Amino acid sequence: MQALKVDALSKSFGPRQAVRNVSFSVTAGETVAFLGPNGAGKSTTLRMIAGFLEPDSGDALINGVSILSDRTKAQLALGYLAEGAPLYFDLSVRDFLGFLARTHGLTSAAAKLAIARVAEDAAITDVISRPIETLSKGYRRRVALAGAIVHDPPVLILDEPTDGLDPNQKIAMRALIARMARQKAILISTHQLDEVEAMCTRAVLIDRGDIKADGTPADLAGRTPSGKLEDAFHALTKPEKVA
Amino acid sequence: MNETFALNMRQAGNALRAVYVRELAAYFLTPLAYVFIATFLIALGSFTFQIGRFFDTNQADLAPFFLFHPWLYLVFLPAIAMRLWADEARGGTLELLLTLPAPAWSLVLGKFLAAWTVAAAALLLTTPIWMSVNWLGKPDNAAIFLTYVISFLMAGGYLAVACALSAAAQNQVIAFVLSVAVGFLFTAAGLPVVTAGLTAAFGPGLAEAMASFSLISHFEAAQRGVLEMRALVFYIGFIAVWLALNAIWVSARKGG
Repeated sequence: MQALKVDALSKSFGPRQAVRNVSFSVTAGETVAFLGPNGAGKSTTLRMIAGFLEPDSGDALINGVSILSDRTKAQLALGYLAEGAPLYFDLSVRDFLGFLARTHGLTSAAAKLAIARVAEDAAITDVISRPIETLSKGYRRRVALAGAIVHDPPVLILDEPTDGLDPNQKIAMRALIARMARQKAILISTHQLDEVEAMCTRAVLIDRGDIKADGTPADLAGRTPSGKLEDAFHALTKPEKVA
Repeated sequence: MNETFALNMRQAGNALRAVYVRELAAYFLTPLAYVFIATFLIALGSFTFQIGRFFDTNQADLAPFFLFHPWLYLVFLPAIAMRLWADEARGGTLELLLTLPAPAWSLVLGKFLAAWTVAAAALLLTTPIWMSVNWLGKPDNAAIFLTYVISFLMAGGYLAVACALSAAAQNQVIAFVLSVAVGFLFTAAGLPVVTAGLTAAFGPGLAEAMASFSLISHFEAAQRGVLEMRALVFYIGFIAVWLALNAIWVSARKGG
């Protein structure tokens, strides 16, 4: 079953077309990279899927539910880690996760169990009582990810989850995502190619609002003589030459 | 359709409660609420006893005390509401909040009710003045209670304006200045000097129409011990309109 189906999404900001007729899908058990250079339209697409932006046309189905016509039900099936991993710094980790659990309709008892589960999964048990403002960037990212999965959604969208992390923190974050990958449909926005090769079963490449390629990382890499994903990325997204 | 409506309402309730508790904690787990309440009480006490000459009136009522409520609300309430939405935009948490499975109005209501609770706490802490009047004489306690209720509703009016403008403005300082300016317009419209000026310039029709939108006009009627249904309708309607604007402005500020 397609846990996430993106159907012909388009969005313009004034005269600039940010996303043009973007379609793809993600099934349960897949970890798909949403790949593209900065400004390609990745975050705009994810924001439309998450219900933060209204598309000009098209729709996104989350677990078969339209984000446009049944927004609340669709969002209940979605875990969304926004770009920059926004957090309430004045709250403790436990209170932050509790806040998200309650907004997703979990009872107090269920929220307590869910917080314990995601704290274990995200390896943040040791900082559960600490104010978020006192945590390192790596911990903050893991707290934000724990918040995205506290209601155990079948679909997970992560916008540049490892951006700005040091190599050790990246490894820890990737391990966490890999643990969740078996049960969930995961869409990860990134422009880091090592991340795609390390974690993703498929890659959808977007540039200037258009889908340029959709296939396994090996398929994409095989499109160039060198067989490197980096060269394929460059060939598919390189800027047009000025006449 | 009914199932969708039921789910939306259930989720609205969940989000409203969670946002209310989160905002209340943000007020009371930081010095914000305490500083606001203490400063408000000191200012109200000073105005009541120094300028209002509470004891010199030799009357067992709270007229000198209630007289200053609108003016203190005008300045103090935007101070507690200005952060509510401007802070979310600045900290990047607006996207987190607006992608929660809940309608925007439930988030707006949760934040507003938290700020209104802080205002209620401040108002509640003024009741020793009411007790003092009872000790000194025999006041009309029903009228005083009624005025407290209308004062609470009036505080909701000032807060609703400030909450909405916090969503519309780019930062807290602009939100505060705008809230005081707009609040002043809705206060001054009912002042005798303004109504007299408008009557002289445009006739009584416009002056009365303007005064009917003033937060202060309906409060003055309550101070006379008169419960007017139109006052209740006005304050509740005023709050509802500004909260609706708040929800519209929050939705309009979604990323771009």
